Amino acid sequence: MPWTRDDMAARAARELKDGFHVNLGVGIPTQVANLIPPDISVTLQSENGMLGMGPFPYDDEVDPDLINAGKQTITELPHTSYFSSADSFGMIRGGHIDLSILGGMQVAENGDLANWMVPGKMIKGMGGAMDLVAGVRRIIVVMEHTEKTGAPKFLRECSLPLTGKAVVDLLITDLGVFEIDRHGGGASLVELAPGVTIEEITAKTAARFQDKTRAS
Amino acid sequence: MKSKVYDNASSALAGLLFDGMSIMSGGFGLCGIPENLITALRDSGVKGLTVIGNNVGADDHGMWAVLANGQIKKVVASYVGENKILEQLYMSGGIEIEFNPQGTLAERIRAGGAGIPAFYTRTGYGTMVGEGKETRQFNGENYLMETGLVADVSIVKAWKGDSKGNLIYRKTARNFNPVMATAGKQVVAEVEHLVAAGELGSDQIHTPGIFVDRIFSGTGYVKHIERRTTRPMPVTRSAGEKA
Repeated sequence: MPWTRDDMAARAARELKDGFHVNLGVGIPTQVANLIPPDISVTLQSENGMLGMGPFPYDDEVDPDLINAGKQTITELPHTSYFSSADSFGMIRGGHIDLSILGGMQVAENGDLANWMVPGKMIKGMGGAMDLVAGVRRIIVVMEHTEKTGAPKFLRECSLPLTGKAVVDLLITDLGVFEIDRHGGGASLVELAPGVTIEEITAKTAARFQDKTRAS
Repeated sequence: MKSKVYDNASSALAGLLFDGMSIMSGGFGLCGIPENLITALRDSGVKGLTVIGNNVGADDHGMWAVLANGQIKKVVASYVGENKILEQLYMSGGIEIEFNPQGTLAERIRAGGAGIPAFYTRTGYGTMVGEGKETRQFNGENYLMETGLVADVSIVKAWKGDSKGNLIYRKTARNFNPVMATAGKQVVAEVEHLVAAGELGSDQIHTPGIFVDRIFSGTGYVKHIERRTTRPMPVTRSAGEKA
């Protein structure tokens, strides 16, 4: 059976390491915050200017001056710091953030990512996504393996406008996990969701990849 | 020395506005926006504005009011969702939107305020954002050239300020406000608490007063929350008790 959205978030959470500074995108990536293993300490960065994001507030703690990048109300922790948007993206662009987990519309076998616009539709804007993929040390994309129509989203080349070129290191879908060598080494399937066969995932993928699920 | 302190938003903007001007407006979403100044900008009726900000308000709130009043010609922003009028204007060709990656926007403003005409960044290389821009390699990596941004007027919101224009922001309401305060030819700040010079701790000041030309105490803050998100109250904890 393919992974659920919760399963995908839990799989992404396994990529967190003790001491990491992490930026989480909206959607499934946001759920990763609730799945941080209890034996490690991870600091969450929010690109609107906060390091050390706490949980959502109780009803009587809501503060309009305290939101995350998804515009949700949030709380601070004893070690929280606040800073300007310029400092925040200095942190991001300067390679100080260890990991970012983002959603995607399309990923290509060389690590190209498209997740910000569909031609002909209203463009909402890229927000901080292009800065995150350009500056954060490791990029994980979590997305459904195919469109609702069944069309593949993991492709040889993205057809949608790019968010970044050769930026994705790991792709987690409902069907499996792919490692991508963004320096030209191609993509490798490293894990299959339970009950998913190599034949099924191959049929639903347009990208070329090596099967490393039986390597060890 | 002429006082920087004004009575309200409209007196603080008097003489600074003209049709076709550019305005930087602080805030992220509706958090930390200069509410009083936006209302005064709408009431002034000034037209043909280029508005530089991370967003352009959201339905019924913030810079949306100036947009809905037909005063904006061009927007420079990173994200413009949750804004139906902007969507209609954009789809009908009634407004120009220049999308900037959020970090590039912040750095363009920082650079503008710091006297740096242009800089190189990896952000946007190989994407639509890079089209038509100069590129250059440094240490084998590809970078885009982006230019610094300044505006005719910056309007910013701080938590506390003093009569010299020194500003202190609160929590994530800081966001774009400090950089915009450096990048306006004229900078107008509204604050929730205006105090006499010397009452803010010198080591606590975020924006030194040199950047601020006019300051006033804002009133009637709405601070609308776009996505009120809470967690359930545990049964062992009563209202008002600290978590």
